[in-house]
Amino acid sequence: MILVINTNTNANEYRLRIVKSPRESNGYSVPSLDEHGIMSRLIKASLGWGGSLTGILLFVAMWEWGSLHYGNFLLPGPRDALASIHGFWQEGELWGAIWATTWRAMAGFAIAAFTGLILGLMAGLSHTLGRALEPVSTVLLGIPPIAWIVLAILWFGSGSMAAIYTVAATTLPVTFAGAQIGARTLDKRLQEMGDVYCVPGWMRLWDFYLPHIVSYVFPALITALGVAWKVTVMAELFATEEGVGAGLAMARVNLDTAGAMGWIMVVVVLLLIAEHGFLRPLQKRMEPWRKGAVQAKS
Amino acid sequence: MAKGGGAGKIMMSLNNVSLVLGPNQILQAVDLQVQPGESVCLVGPSGCGKTSLLRLAAGLVEASVGSVKNNFSCTAAVFQEPRLLPWRRMLDNIALGLKARGVPRKERQIKARELADSVGLADKYALFPHELSGGMQQRVALARALAIGADFLLLDEPFSALDVGLRNEAQELVQHLVVERGISSLMVTHDLTEALRLAHRVIVISGSPGRVVYEHRVDEPFADRTQAWLYEAAAHLLRLPLVNESFLYNPQLEMA
Repeated sequence: MILVINTNTNANEYRLRIVKSPRESNGYSVPSLDEHGIMSRLIKASLGWGGSLTGILLFVAMWEWGSLHYGNFLLPGPRDALASIHGFWQEGELWGAIWATTWRAMAGFAIAAFTGLILGLMAGLSHTLGRALEPVSTVLLGIPPIAWIVLAILWFGSGSMAAIYTVAATTLPVTFAGAQIGARTLDKRLQEMGDVYCVPGWMRLWDFYLPHIVSYVFPALITALGVAWKVTVMAELFATEEGVGAGLAMARVNLDTAGAMGWIMVVVVLLLIAEHGFLRPLQKRMEPWRKGAVQAKS
Repeated sequence: MAKGGGAGKIMMSLNNVSLVLGPNQILQAVDLQVQPGESVCLVGPSGCGKTSLLRLAAGLVEASVGSVKNNFSCTAAVFQEPRLLPWRRMLDNIALGLKARGVPRKERQIKARELADSVGLADKYALFPHELSGGMQQRVALARALAIGADFLLLDEPFSALDVGLRNEAQELVQHLVVERGISSLMVTHDLTEALRLAHRVIVISGSPGRVVYEHRVDEPFADRTQAWLYEAAAHLLRLPLVNESFLYNPQLEMA
């Protein structure tokens, strides 16, 4: 057995992987266990984490300092925010709100991702369709989310549907553009190769287009995900009785600044979990060839 | 043995073919035939339309004038660049043509392994293209072309990006896996010695628009084509005024 250590360029992430034979490995293989090497990598990795942590701690320190300076009615400190999150938890509001916001954001995001991917793919493959859909996408992009909320409340009434619809409408152009550019930029030479080998349509989609498009779609999806959370919270503020946005509305009514801060923290944590816990690992799984490319350069 | 150059049935033919792309005439009145098992090499200076001729033979472009007939049952190509799918592992890249023909996964993996072994990539099955060197990538492209059991192979300067040693190795592979196995081939190169090494027939194309200016039959058995012989034969060819003119003293290409 050989221990393979893959270290990312920015040393933020490192992982150990045991492979059965060198044939299966696509990283650097280290024939003998070099403890010194592992130690230095560990230190490097923790320094990388430490770097990120330093930034966060610095931010929290500034926040705390601001809170001390302006008083905790105007700017409640981090401890106040945590205390109010704890309060939501004790009152049983917290999980319900998180769940409501998460599923709305995810539902809207999923609809937008799916529709945007398919429409973008078609628009990228057909010039006519691309020309027809592009201005529509621009128009959608130009409509402010707040306007969508007003329309959605008028059409669907208050409730989850309004929030989901708003999320889908605002994130759709983002995923659409990603898929369209991906489909349009497939190397002509690869297509010619496909012609010579008589590659049928379904296989061209699966083996040629989709893997290429994925690399354009993922950054778009990550952007769209961020937008989805923010828009969900905003829609909830106006259109629903529960969820993080509704909690924020409550905090406004009660002049509960610490509560508002608490809810903001909740949303940020949710977004970080969705991005780093779900989308980025998914991207790594789907693009093993790209991960290798990064290593080759490092 | 330098067989295949005899009087056989003509399998692929370009009859009086001209090609015009946009405002440029690329080829003019080209006649070319390939017989079963024959290895034909096209040589000529850059920009004389060799690659376009290959694209015509592959059916990727249509002739403006004249006709192209291809009676081979299965035509494959190796391009100037490897053109591998960067997101597929080596074996899957070799098996691409088989997958396109609906061969079941297990079968095509076995075939791909066999071919990977025959081009000397036995221990690299699971690697992605970017993890292979340029020479290896080009060998994968050759294996991909051989995998579909082609009886006609188009090679477009497949080794032009390789250094001398790798080039020699790759030429050997083509000699053993293509020419000596009786697979017909049409290969473009700008290297006269490479052409003389692998061809039954060398065709010199030159000018703008490109046309066939000289045809040379190579009767020497492959085993006897030593390095010394190759240089001598190339020098001999270059002494012919027609060849010499198109290769060395073309004023339009002197700057290039």
